[in-house]
Amino acid sequence: MNQFSFPILSTLIFFPLLCAVLLIFIRSEGGENDELLRKTALVGSIIEFLISLLLLVRFNAENPGMQFVELVPWVKSFSMNYYVGLDGISLWLVLLTTFFVPLCILCSWTYIKEKTKYFLISMLFLETAMIGTFVSLDLILFYIFWEFMLIPMFLLIGVWGGERRIYSAVKFFIYTAAGSIFMLVAIIYLYYYSYKTTGAGTFNLLDLYNMHIPISAQFWLCAAFSLAFAIKVPLFPLHTWLPDAHVEAPTAGSVILAAILLKMGTYGYLRFSMPLFPYASHQLLPVIAGLAIAGIIYGALVAWVQPDMKKLVAYSSVSHLGYVMLGLFALNVQGIEGGIYQMLNHGVNTGALFLLVGMIYERRHTRLMDDFGGLAKIMPVFATFLMIATLASVAVPGTNGFVGEILILVGVFRSYPVLGVFAVSGMVLGVVYMLWMYQRVMFGPVTEEANRKLPDLNTREIVTMVPIAVLIFVMGIFPGLFLRKMDASVNYFIKQYQSKYEMYTAEKNGNSVPAALQNVVNSEAVSREGLISSRR
Amino acid sequence: MMFDLVWLIPTFPLAGVLLNGLLGRRIEDKNKSLVHWIACGAVGLSFLVTLALFVKLLGLPSDKRLYDFTWFTWIAAGDFKVSVGYQIDPLSMFMCMFVTGVGFLIHVYSIGYMWHDEGRYYRYFTYLNLFMFSMITLILADNFLLMFLGWEGVGVCSYLLISFWFTDVANAIAGKKAFITNRVGDFFFAVGMLLLLTQLGGHGVWSLKFADVFANAYMLSPKLITVICLLFFLGCTAKSAQIPLYIWLPDAMAGPTPVSALIHAATMVTAGVYFVARCNVLYSMSTFAMGVVAVVGALTALLAATIALTQNDIKKVLAYSTVSQLGYMFLGLGVGAFAAGLFHVLTHSFFKALLFMCSGCVIHAMSGEQDMRKMGGLRHKMPITFYTMVIGTLAIVGFPGLSGFFSKDEILWKAFSGEQGSSILWLMGVLAAAMTAFYMFRLIFMTFFNECRASEEVQKHIHEAPKTMTVPLIVLSVLSIIGGYIGVPESLGGSNLVEHFLDPVIGLGHDKLFQSAGGPPLMHNISEVAVHHHAVEAEYWLMLIAVGIVFGGILLAYLMYMKKRSLPETLASGNPSFYRLLLNKWYVDEIYEKMVINPLRSISVFLWKGIDVVVIDGLVNSTAKFFMNCGVISKASQSGYVQRYAVSFLVGVFVLVAYYIYIR
Repeated sequence: MNQFSFPILSTLIFFPLLCAVLLIFIRSEGGENDELLRKTALVGSIIEFLISLLLLVRFNAENPGMQFVELVPWVKSFSMNYYVGLDGISLWLVLLTTFFVPLCILCSWTYIKEKTKYFLISMLFLETAMIGTFVSLDLILFYIFWEFMLIPMFLLIGVWGGERRIYSAVKFFIYTAAGSIFMLVAIIYLYYYSYKTTGAGTFNLLDLYNMHIPISAQFWLCAAFSLAFAIKVPLFPLHTWLPDAHVEAPTAGSVILAAILLKMGTYGYLRFSMPLFPYASHQLLPVIAGLAIAGIIYGALVAWVQPDMKKLVAYSSVSHLGYVMLGLFALNVQGIEGGIYQMLNHGVNTGALFLLVGMIYERRHTRLMDDFGGLAKIMPVFATFLMIATLASVAVPGTNGFVGEILILVGVFRSYPVLGVFAVSGMVLGVVYMLWMYQRVMFGPVTEEANRKLPDLNTREIVTMVPIAVLIFVMGIFPGLFLRKMDASVNYFIKQYQSKYEMYTAEKNGNSVPAALQNVVNSEAVSREGLISSRR
Repeated sequence: MMFDLVWLIPTFPLAGVLLNGLLGRRIEDKNKSLVHWIACGAVGLSFLVTLALFVKLLGLPSDKRLYDFTWFTWIAAGDFKVSVGYQIDPLSMFMCMFVTGVGFLIHVYSIGYMWHDEGRYYRYFTYLNLFMFSMITLILADNFLLMFLGWEGVGVCSYLLISFWFTDVANAIAGKKAFITNRVGDFFFAVGMLLLLTQLGGHGVWSLKFADVFANAYMLSPKLITVICLLFFLGCTAKSAQIPLYIWLPDAMAGPTPVSALIHAATMVTAGVYFVARCNVLYSMSTFAMGVVAVVGALTALLAATIALTQNDIKKVLAYSTVSQLGYMFLGLGVGAFAAGLFHVLTHSFFKALLFMCSGCVIHAMSGEQDMRKMGGLRHKMPITFYTMVIGTLAIVGFPGLSGFFSKDEILWKAFSGEQGSSILWLMGVLAAAMTAFYMFRLIFMTFFNECRASEEVQKHIHEAPKTMTVPLIVLSVLSIIGGYIGVPESLGGSNLVEHFLDPVIGLGHDKLFQSAGGPPLMHNISEVAVHHHAVEAEYWLMLIAVGIVFGGILLAYLMYMKKRSLPETLASGNPSFYRLLLNKWYVDEIYEKMVINPLRSISVFLWKGIDVVVIDGLVNSTAKFFMNCGVISKASQSGYVQRYAVSFLVGVFVLVAYYIYIR
C-alpha cells in the first residue's frame, strides 16, 4: 500500500459512526420509521463488512509487521498520535467484528421494540469502538477506544436488558473500568519512563516494544495490564460479571459481548502485556496458566448445573476462554495460532448459541430449560442449527472448534504436558453440559402446552444463522485459509518474545546486557520499521 | 493411478449427506423413495469403488500393496502438519470391504424398516450416510488425527441415531450416555495421541502419519510406549465397549434396529479392534500393554456373557453378546494374534448384523415388542427370519463349519498357544463360548418355539418382513456360512488366506520395516514360526473340547427352555440375589452413578452456589459496598448547610492553632 491509497482502517473505524450520525436525522417518534432505521443500519453494517473484506484481499501474508498503517499526529506536545495498523493477529478479529454486527442487527429486528433508533446507534458506536481497539497502535488511542466501548455496551444492557439490567450493567461497567484504571496508570508510567530514558516520551506501541524496561518495573506494569485484560477475558476468578451481564443483556448484546468483547482481553495479552513485558509475563505464567486450567474445569462444571440456558452458555465461555489463554501462554506457534483460532471459534460458536437462545427467548420469554422439552419436533430447523452449534462448541472434528482445540493442545503438550492432560478434560466436560442442555430442551416429549405452537425459524432468522453454520464447517475443514494469514505475524511475535526474554534473563543473572543480543533486537526493530515504511 | 480414486469412497456418502441433509425435506415431500435411492446409491457406489480397488490390490505382489494418497492439507501450524490423506493397504481395504458391503445391505434393509416410521425419513438416511462417511474416514485415514475425525464422527452419528426417536426421553438419555462415555474414552485417546506426537516431536519427527510414527517408534522409551498404548486402549474400551467403559452399548439399543446392526454390532464398535491392529507395531513393543488388552478382553467376554444369560429384551441379549464377542477380538489382539482378531471382526460383522436384522424383523412383526417373554412360536409365521436367524446363531456359537467357528477357534488356539497366551485365558474364552451357546439358543427357543405369548391383537399382525428386509438377511446368512472359509487354519487343511493377506501390515511386514529403520527386532513372531511347528494334535484336542462345551451350552438351553420350562424359574428363585445381580447387570450403571456422576454434580452445585455466588460475588459486591459506604459517610460533610461548614471551619482553626501552640 502506498501513502496515497485509500485509508481503509480509518474508513472501517469511522464508517459506522457516520451511519450512526445518519440515523440521528431520521425521525423516530412513535416508532414510525423503525423499519427504515433498521434497514439503514443493516445496509450500513453490511457495507462495512464488505469494506473489511478488502483487508483480506490486500493483506500481505508474507509481511509479519503492521500493514495498512496510518499515522497522523494528534497531540504533539505529548506525542500522542492517531496511529493505526493491522497485522495477522488483529486481521481476523476485525473481520469477526464486521461479520457479527450485521447479524446482530438482523437478530434484533423484532426483538428490540422500544427506542429502536438509539439501540441501533449504540450498536454502530460499539462497532467503531471495537474496531478501533483492535487496530490502535498508540496506547492512548487504544485506551480511549477500550473505555469508549463500555458506554454503548452499558446502554445495551441497561436500557434493553432484562429484569436485573441495572445491577448487571453497573457491575459490568465498574468491574471492567476498575481494572482498566490500573492499565492507564501503567500506560502513563511507560510514557514517563520513555521520556526519562530517551528524552522523548512516546505512546507508540512499536517503539515501546523495543524499549528496555527494568525487570523490577516490568512486574508491576505487566500486572496492571494483565488485570485489565484478565477481567475482560474473563479469567477465573474474575468472571462473575460475565454471567450477569449475559443473562440480562438483549440477544445482540450477549452476542457482541461473547463474540468480540471477550476477545479484547486475550488480544490485549497478545498485543500488549506479553510483548511489552516478556520477562514479567514469564513470571506470571504459572499463575495465569493455573487460573486458565481452573477456569476450564470450573466453568464447565458450573455450566453443567445451570437451569438457565443463557447462563449455561455464559459459563461455557469461561471454560473456552481458559483454553485460549492456555494456548497463548504455551508460547509456541501451535499454541498461539490455536489460541487466536479459538478466539474466532468461540466468537462464531458462542455467538451462534446466544443467537439461538435469543430466538426461543423471543418466542417464549423464558430461558429456563425446565420450561422446554421436545422442541426438536416442533422446530426442526432450529434443532438443526442448535445441533451444529453444539457440535462445534464441543469441538467435534470437522467443525472449527476442533481445529482450535487441537492446536492449543498440541502447543500446551509441547510446553507443559501435565497441564495439557488437565486441559483435555475440558473436552469431556464440554460434552456433558452441552448435551445436557440439548437433551433437556430439544428432546423428550413436549411437556408444556405453550411450546406446542411455537413457530419454527422464519426466513430472517435462517438468513442470520446460515452464514455462521457455513463458517463453522469451512473453518473446520479448511483452517489453512485463516491460519496462513497469521503465520508470519505469529512467528515474528514468538521470535521477538524469545530474544527479548533471553536478553532480560541474561540481565537478571547479573550479566550486563550482552551487546550481541541487544543488537539482535535492535536490528529486528529496524527491519520491522523498514517493512512498514516499504509498505507505505 | 487408479488408487488415486480412493477419495471417492468417503465422498459418495458425504454427497448423500449433503443432498439429503439440505434438500431432503423437499425431496421427501415430493418423492419419498428418492431419499433412499440417494442414500443407498451413495453407499453402493462406495462399495463398488472399494471392490475395484480391492481387486486391483490383490493383483499386486504383496510387498507392493501399500499406497498413500494425500488429498489436501487439513491443519497446519509451524512444524505440525496434518493432511487429509487416505492409505490403501491390506488392512484398510479388508475393513473397507465389509464396512461398505455390510453397510450397503443394512441401508437396503432400512428402507423396509423405516418406511412407515413416524420419524423423518430423510433425517434417518442423512445420519446413516454421515455414519458411513465417518466410518470410511476412520478406516482409510493415513494419520491419527484424520482417523480421530472418523472416530469422533461415528460417535456423533451414533448419538444422533440412538436418540433418533427423541420424543421418548429414555432414548435421548441413552444417546447422551453413549456420546459422553465415548468422549471419556476420547479423552484418553487424545492424551495418548498428543503424547505420542510431542514425544516423537522431541526426537525430531513431527508427524502423526501412521507410517512415520511406526517407523520411528523405536526411538521412544518402552515405558512411554506402554503408557501410550494403555491410553489408546482406554480410548478403545469406550468405542468398542470393553470394561470399564462398555456401559453405553446396551443402552444404545434404544435406536432403530438397523442402526444397532450397522453401528453397534457390525462396524463402529469394531473400530477399537481395528485401531489396536493398526497400531500393532506399538503394541508389540509393550508386553505389558498387550497383556492388559488380552486380560480386559477375556474378562469382558466373560462378564458380558453372564449378563446376557438373564436378559429378556431380545436386543439387549444381542447387545451383551456383541460386548462379549468384542472381548474375544481383544483377547485375540492381546495375545498377538492380530490377524485372528480381525478375522473375527469380519465374521462377526456378518452374523451379528444378520442377528440384529432378524431381531428387527421380529420386533417389526411383533408391533414393537422386544420382550422375549411375550414372544414364541414365530417360526411358522416368519420362516425366512427364523432360518436365517438360526444360521446366524449357529455361526456365532461356533458351530463347526460356519464362519464363527473358524475365527473363534483361531482366537482360542492363539490364546492358548501364543507367547502371550495361557491356559487361563483359553479357559475364560471357552467358558464365554459355552455361555454364548446357551443364551443364543435361549433366544431362539424363547422367540421362535413353543406357543406364542403375545396378545391377540399383536398376534394378528405377525407377518414375514418385506423383500427389502429379507433379501439382505439371505445374503448375510450366506456370508455367515461361507465367510469363514477364507481363513481356514492350516491345521484343518486350509491356507489361512486372511492372515497372509494382512501380513504386510501385521507381523513380518512391519518387522522388516522396523529393522530397516534401525530399530530392534520385534518380539512377536508367533504367527509364522512358532505355531506351525506346535503340536497340531493339541490344536485338534482343544478344538474338540471347545466344540463339546458349546454343544453342552446348546443342550442346556434346550433342556431349560424346551423340555423343563419351569427350570429357569426354579433356578432364579433358588438363587434370588445372584439372579438379580445378573439381571441388573452387576449394578455397574448404579455404581458409576453413585461414585462418579452424583458426586461431580454435587461439587458443581457447590461451586456455583457456594464459590461463585457467595464467595467470589460476595467479595465483588462487598468491595463495591465498601466504597459506597465510604461515599455515604463522607457525604455527611457535604450537607450544604452553611452553619455546619462554619462549625467545621472553626474546629479546624482551633485544631491548627492548638497544633502550633502546643506541639511545635
